[in-house]
Amino acid sequence: MEKKSIMKKITGSREALLAVILILLCLVVTAISPSFLTPKSIIELLKNNAVTLVMSLGMLCVMLVGGIDISIMSTLALSGMSIGMLLKYGHISNTFLAFVIAIAIGAACGAVVGLVISRAAVPPIIATMGFMYVFRAMGYLVSHGGEWAGAAALGSFKNFATSKFLGLNCVIWIIILCYVFFFWFMKWTRTGRKIYAVGSNPSAAEVSGINVKNINLLVYTIMGILAGLGGALQVSIYASAMPDMQYGGEMDVIAACVIGGVSMSGGRGTVVGALLGSLILATIAKALPLVGIGALWQNTIKGVLILVVVVVNVVLQRVADRNALKGREM
Amino acid sequence: MNKKLVSAILCGAMVLAAATPVMADGGVADGKKIALVGKSAGNAFFEIAANSFKETVEAEGGTVDVVYPEAATADAQIKVLDNLISQKPDAICISANDVNALQAKLEEAMDAGIKVSSFDSAPNKDSRQVFVNQAGTKQVGQALLDAVLDISGGEGQWAVLSATSQAANQNAWIDAMKSIMEGDDKYSKLELVEVAYGDDEPQKSTDQTAALLEKYPDLKVICAPTTVGIAAAAKYLQDNGSACKLTGLGLPSEMQEYTGDDDAHSCPYFYLWDMQGLGKLSAYATAALINGDITGALDETFTAGDLGDYTITEADDGGTEIVLGEPLQFNTENIEEMAKLY
Repeated sequence: MEKKSIMKKITGSREALLAVILILLCLVVTAISPSFLTPKSIIELLKNNAVTLVMSLGMLCVMLVGGIDISIMSTLALSGMSIGMLLKYGHISNTFLAFVIAIAIGAACGAVVGLVISRAAVPPIIATMGFMYVFRAMGYLVSHGGEWAGAAALGSFKNFATSKFLGLNCVIWIIILCYVFFFWFMKWTRTGRKIYAVGSNPSAAEVSGINVKNINLLVYTIMGILAGLGGALQVSIYASAMPDMQYGGEMDVIAACVIGGVSMSGGRGTVVGALLGSLILATIAKALPLVGIGALWQNTIKGVLILVVVVVNVVLQRVADRNALKGREM
Repeated sequence: MNKKLVSAILCGAMVLAAATPVMADGGVADGKKIALVGKSAGNAFFEIAANSFKETVEAEGGTVDVVYPEAATADAQIKVLDNLISQKPDAICISANDVNALQAKLEEAMDAGIKVSSFDSAPNKDSRQVFVNQAGTKQVGQALLDAVLDISGGEGQWAVLSATSQAANQNAWIDAMKSIMEGDDKYSKLELVEVAYGDDEPQKSTDQTAALLEKYPDLKVICAPTTVGIAAAAKYLQDNGSACKLTGLGLPSEMQEYTGDDDAHSCPYFYLWDMQGLGKLSAYATAALINGDITGALDETFTAGDLGDYTITEADDGGTEIVLGEPLQFNTENIEEMAKLY
């Protein structure tokens, strides 16, 4: 009983620390650019980082079981490009249908990745590296070898990202819905808890009757679904589908999770952490051009900031672990 | 069933192959075999030029073999060139993946009596006989700067949204704009406030555009000489109903929605080279090399079909080039038609 309350405090304080970092960042940016914390600017920030925000939820699940997925942006490109071409050549025109198709393609990609990793026991980084090439190439094939679907070709689909529902931008609604769902799913459903169990101790999970293979399949499928959704969002937000979109963007998603305190070795990480990590990354990306430093320095600073946040996180975790052990000895 | 199908296709191909030279007898490329080497497969933009090259040569009675290396590297192109040299075409026209790495192979080709021309992206001056340049650096800089002057109404702040800070072509155009601006008084009221880099990513380009507007509330024009950057900026400016306008280099199909003279559109007009013209001119230049009308020396002239007469000029790298001309302007009048092509 006492142990549990200590653990709760620790996880609570780690996210509190991230929140403090985020608030400090926001204050600094506001000092440079006073309009940063206006509703319009915040909506813009969320919209421009919707893909990372949504997909870091999937990466959270994958990393919780000790895996990694670097094929996600190829899945995004394949699903986004597919609906882009379908819309361009008039095969579909319904926005909802386009989303469903993108998500279905993403789910299929994720399921294939999950099957290879869980059933053939291929290490996740190798398997997803392979699929990174395969899905990206398929994206190019779908695009007839590099064709774009521009704003004019996307018809009413692109309006989704500019329209509002109950006074709030639709893209923001999607982000909120995803986070609310995953907050509930990870914390209060049996499957959510199983994901944590598999990540903390796979053999113990196996012994306790959890089908570890199916959980592995599930997390990569979830990642695929969110990558498909990300593809649809990307195409709608930027009103453009290109086969090379988000090339290299998987690193941003992984970085968001790592900043948010998700452990690379599994078992540790929360939905709130993923959210804070994504927001910190988004704030840095928006702030750096405002500060007026050279382009090459911007990437350097972005990297250094990521490292600082992660190191602080790791050090705190170590302190917390030591304290927890102390409690146990007594 | 399958065999029948295959033989039917083969028969069809033979008939076509036999018919083509007969149909276009006596052109400047009559009976000539030309190999066109691209950078890599899967670039729709390049294919416009490649198709135009092929059509032009075929209309003049020759044949073109378009070959793509398996990857966008110099190594992969060297493999392709090895194969081609053994097949002995009359000429090779190449868009090079590397400036210097292909020199040995291309010299080997020239020693074997194969003419070597290049377009789109040039190998160094010793690796080629002539380079067909889509648009001279100066002409691009001039066209873009004049667009900025025109759209801003002759004065005010403007900014550049580029791709990456290391992109050689982007930097060359930006430098050209800067030097033209300093050299002429009519640009004296224009103030270039910043060169921002969006890394050719929509997300980063959007952040950079937002930051430019934030930092310079009086910004009148953004000039984005990159296709991804201009589309992202156009979307941002148009969605926000910004008073800041846009020009640059872009793809018509991407920009169609944003091109217009009124306040509802963010981009009055923009530029890009004429890829069809580039393919056509390259075809005629290569044919002229084969026929010995030109050797690639400075000041030689030749006729490029209905494109007219062209003179070989000195290139920036010390070699020679043929400059296609000024970049093509896309505006409300031609955007719809051009969007179908590019």
